[in-house]
Amino acid sequence: MTDASPLTRKTWMATLAKAAPARLAALFPDLPPHHVLRQPEIGAVMVRGRVGSTGAPFNLGEMTVTRASVRLATGEVGHAWVQGRDKAHALRAAAVDALMQTDRANDLTAQVLYPLESEARSHREARAAKAAGTKVDFFTMVRGEDK
Amino acid sequence: MYVAVKGGERAIDNAHQWLAEERRGDPSVPELTIPQIREQMKLAVNRVMAEGSLFDPDLAALAIKQARGDLIEAVFLIRAYRTTLPRLAASYPVDTGAMAVDRRISATFKDLPGGQVLGPTFDYTHRLLDFALMAEGEPSDTPSPPEEKGRSEGQARVPHVTSFLNRDGLIETADPSDATPPDLSREPMELPADRALRLQALTRGDEGFVLSMAYSTQRGYGRTHAFVGELRIGTVAVEVDIPELGFAVEIGEIELTECETVNQFKGSRTEPPQFTRGYGLVMGQSERKAISMSLVDRALRWKELGEDFTGAPAQDEEFVLMHADNIQATGFLEHIKLPHYVDFQAELELVRKLRSEAMAMQEAAE
Repeated sequence: MTDASPLTRKTWMATLAKAAPARLAALFPDLPPHHVLRQPEIGAVMVRGRVGSTGAPFNLGEMTVTRASVRLATGEVGHAWVQGRDKAHALRAAAVDALMQTDRANDLTAQVLYPLESEARSHREARAAKAAGTKVDFFTMVRGEDK
Repeated sequence: MYVAVKGGERAIDNAHQWLAEERRGDPSVPELTIPQIREQMKLAVNRVMAEGSLFDPDLAALAIKQARGDLIEAVFLIRAYRTTLPRLAASYPVDTGAMAVDRRISATFKDLPGGQVLGPTFDYTHRLLDFALMAEGEPSDTPSPPEEKGRSEGQARVPHVTSFLNRDGLIETADPSDATPPDLSREPMELPADRALRLQALTRGDEGFVLSMAYSTQRGYGRTHAFVGELRIGTVAVEVDIPELGFAVEIGEIELTECETVNQFKGSRTEPPQFTRGYGLVMGQSERKAISMSLVDRALRWKELGEDFTGAPAQDEEFVLMHADNIQATGFLEHIKLPHYVDFQAELELVRKLRSEAMAMQEAAE
């Protein structure tokens, strides 16, 4: 992997997986020439939790996931596992994953991944700030017997 | 004797056509879209995802539309759909300590680190109908709630309340393990069930059933003296090993509600006096269900904690686990409305025979 981008593969794959399909399509509309190694496949992942949040694992329920793999004309192989059932999303994410292994990595980081990351961060921060607005301030009352 | 064994196709076709028309309702009223249901009927969507045991808000919204708002029918559609999906992987257990918290409250500690965060709650509303929501025309401008950026720092990890009590040894611990949990969606449920299997059955169980079971413990049928140690709602990342790559990647985010109860416990033959715990974790914003689940989880733990079985329904694992699933229940309940002509014919013959025998005996006695 020619890793010119400061991002790790783990990070960019997560960013692509969580992106809204329409937003990724807007930022990265045209797929490069590629051969589909694995047609997009819709399936389920069993999500687990832990008993008492720290104990033994248990099965909470499934979520829908779509996976796909592509090979670029230049030989790099890209994979994607993305939340939901959008096949175009999976193909697009796999193509970006493949291109991130080429000398276009820096361009894609700037044009696709940083915008997605920064939008996700803004969304998270806006919710956190709304939550902070509902944090309770308790008033302390002076009681007679404490004097 | 000839018996009709086929027929009704035309009647069924016409019934389904009429069903579609009734689903649509008055055509002069605009049709609901899936995004409208997903965004504005979110708690119904959450319930269908939790009981359907599949996190996919769009599909749950579609199921609600197709089922004309009958949520159990919608759960049925989701359960049927999920059987068509290949199981690609199982995730790492989600880390609720790293949850991006929208709501987090404790009924046991007022000044807990991270604070009491109310979130978008119905609590403290007056439960008066808001006729403004009924007003025609342009939607009224709802003011956006104020954001307080400065106070949201330190949100990266929100410690669990039970960990404070753990430090003093006053509460039982939940020790980590990497055991592969049993999966009732793959193997039929076997009793006695371990706690992991019980939690799976409860989290996908019918909300009304789990609520009633929990309520029965509060009223004295298997009392567990529960406090809500902590209730939190927010999103967590789901991480999966990608076999092609040999490392784990976050493949998405889901919203969860988690409840941990802290229960008074005087000690038993096997355990010292300390607080014990009940646990609830449910997809979506579903706090009634999460609290109910943690109460029922705790009630079902009587055996491992060396408590007495008082005969309460909520302590009876078979009673709770075998009746919590509303799809199983609906299937068995509603099948009795389908044709049972042959069974009933046999019953009819039997009753006629018994009657004629009884009449003959009576006549002989007279």
